[in-house]
Amino acid sequence: MSVQSQLQSQEPILDIRSVSKRFGGVEALKGVSMALYPGEVVALAGDNGAGKSTLIKTISGVYGADGGEIRFAGEAVRFATPEAARAHGIETIYQDLALADNLTIGANIFLGREPMRRLFGFLPVLDRPAMAKAAKETMARLDFHVNRLDAPVGRFSGGQRQAVAIGRAIYWNARVLIMDEPTAALGVPEQRKVVSLIQNLKAQGRAIIFISHNLQDIFAVADRIVVLRRGTLAGERKITDTNPDEIVKLMVGG
Amino acid sequence: MSAQTSMESRADPTQSRSRQLVLRIAALRAWLFLALLLIFFEIWSRISYGQTFLFSSYNAQSIAIFAVAPLLLALGSTFVIISGGIDLSVGFIMGLAAVIAAHATNLAGQSLPPFAAMLVGIVAGLVVALGPGFVNGVLISKLKVPPFIGTLGMFGVARGVAFLLAGGTTVPVSNEWFAALGNGRFLGFPVVVIITILFVLLMHYVLSQTRFGQHTYAIGANEQAAIRAGINVPRHIRKLYLLSALCAGLGGVLYAARFTAGAAQAGEPLLLDSIAAVVIGGASLFGGSGTILGTVAGALVIAVIQYGLVFINVEPFWQFVAVGVVIIISVLVDQTQRKLGGDR
Repeated sequence: MSVQSQLQSQEPILDIRSVSKRFGGVEALKGVSMALYPGEVVALAGDNGAGKSTLIKTISGVYGADGGEIRFAGEAVRFATPEAARAHGIETIYQDLALADNLTIGANIFLGREPMRRLFGFLPVLDRPAMAKAAKETMARLDFHVNRLDAPVGRFSGGQRQAVAIGRAIYWNARVLIMDEPTAALGVPEQRKVVSLIQNLKAQGRAIIFISHNLQDIFAVADRIVVLRRGTLAGERKITDTNPDEIVKLMVGG
Repeated sequence: MSAQTSMESRADPTQSRSRQLVLRIAALRAWLFLALLLIFFEIWSRISYGQTFLFSSYNAQSIAIFAVAPLLLALGSTFVIISGGIDLSVGFIMGLAAVIAAHATNLAGQSLPPFAAMLVGIVAGLVVALGPGFVNGVLISKLKVPPFIGTLGMFGVARGVAFLLAGGTTVPVSNEWFAALGNGRFLGFPVVVIITILFVLLMHYVLSQTRFGQHTYAIGANEQAAIRAGINVPRHIRKLYLLSALCAGLGGVLYAARFTAGAAQAGEPLLLDSIAAVVIGGASLFGGSGTILGTVAGALVIAVIQYGLVFINVEPFWQFVAVGVVIIISVLVDQTQRKLGGDR
């Protein structure tokens, strides 16, 4: 493919080869292939029912593929669970964020794997200073400078919470981030902030799959657009070679 | 959480200083209630009787002893309520533990020296209390029964079993060690109060400083988030109901020691008092918030109201009115705090 030829010098971090998935009689994915390179943002577009969700859930270990192959960093992988995918550095950030609103940024980053320290040399207690420090550093890497490290994340705005969810992923060294409609629930200034967040992640060499209905956002951050239609690849365009009209035509067909 | 009161930041310029102040006060409302009540009774006592209310060690100890049983139930309920659940069975688990502890102490006393017999009674009471707690946990975590219904069922079961085992009456215990546990003093302080304070410190540590406590808060705020973070939520919920039952069991054992008798109805009036203590202490019945120290203040508020009204010769039924009013005020303050704090 011409689009990928310029990146061919590099090995794809994620290589999806004719993956198929069926639910009973419905073929949700009919042999979809796509590749994702480090430091690249790929937008996944398509109408409802095109297979976007199924594809990302297959990548992130929620579903097992019925056919085809997924290669991660050159190796064929099969993730039985989302935890297995996460352990490889594939992190999915869901629309509903999956944050505990009553806990601090640090506590959210470390939820389920909290660091402990010993008080008076024997009493194990949560290492809140370490969590706060990691939170501050991680958020600074995303260009979010927060002072309120002891405030629950429920007090933050939608965009800031989105940043916390992303911060958790990058703290644990996610190499591939899958973002499902990251701007959907946000106001316009917040959407801009998330867009700049994605550009920031890209600059750090992380690969991002970004699902959105918002063509404006797609054109603002994506390097490539992969369009699905009824479980097949309808087309793939470099962002500089296309325009919103063409993408819409690919999405609806005809 | 005290953390909820800290506001100042670039990240949130909309928080004004006066709002910060309101939030800070709201977070401490249980202690504020307690202070206001104590001031009220102190003034009343000085005017009417010309003597102190608070600074009498007799009154202070009576209030502390009053607070012990509802507080023990409330400690377990604090965890359960923070996780978004509720445990209605604690009152009768307490009664069951009291009856079992009395029976076991008497039975063991036939062949063992009194001290060993007391230990057998204590362990028996605590272990048997875990039974209904385990069933609660399995019903709620595995069979997905709503906590209100599951524990209401266990309320009936524990109640019936406790009355059956007690033969419909109270079970007297004759064991001097057991009586000393319930009524003795150590360094001038009632032993039951010392045990309760130690238990409070332990529960405060578990809730505020361990992963177990942290995960309890996370489950209460967003169960999906906890699951996605890799926390074994069903297992955690089973542990919570075991803990709640253990607290109720301890309450029952101490009750049997204090009255040297086990009674099935020991905890009957305490269920609502204990939930009230948790709510006055700042926990939300929607889950996600609450602290042990808040619950302690809540339990003391209720004990001061109950003891204080008797002390100033008000008809005892006013207690219910007063506690009810405090609960309602507490919930209203909580909602205002949420609105101001922007919590969802």
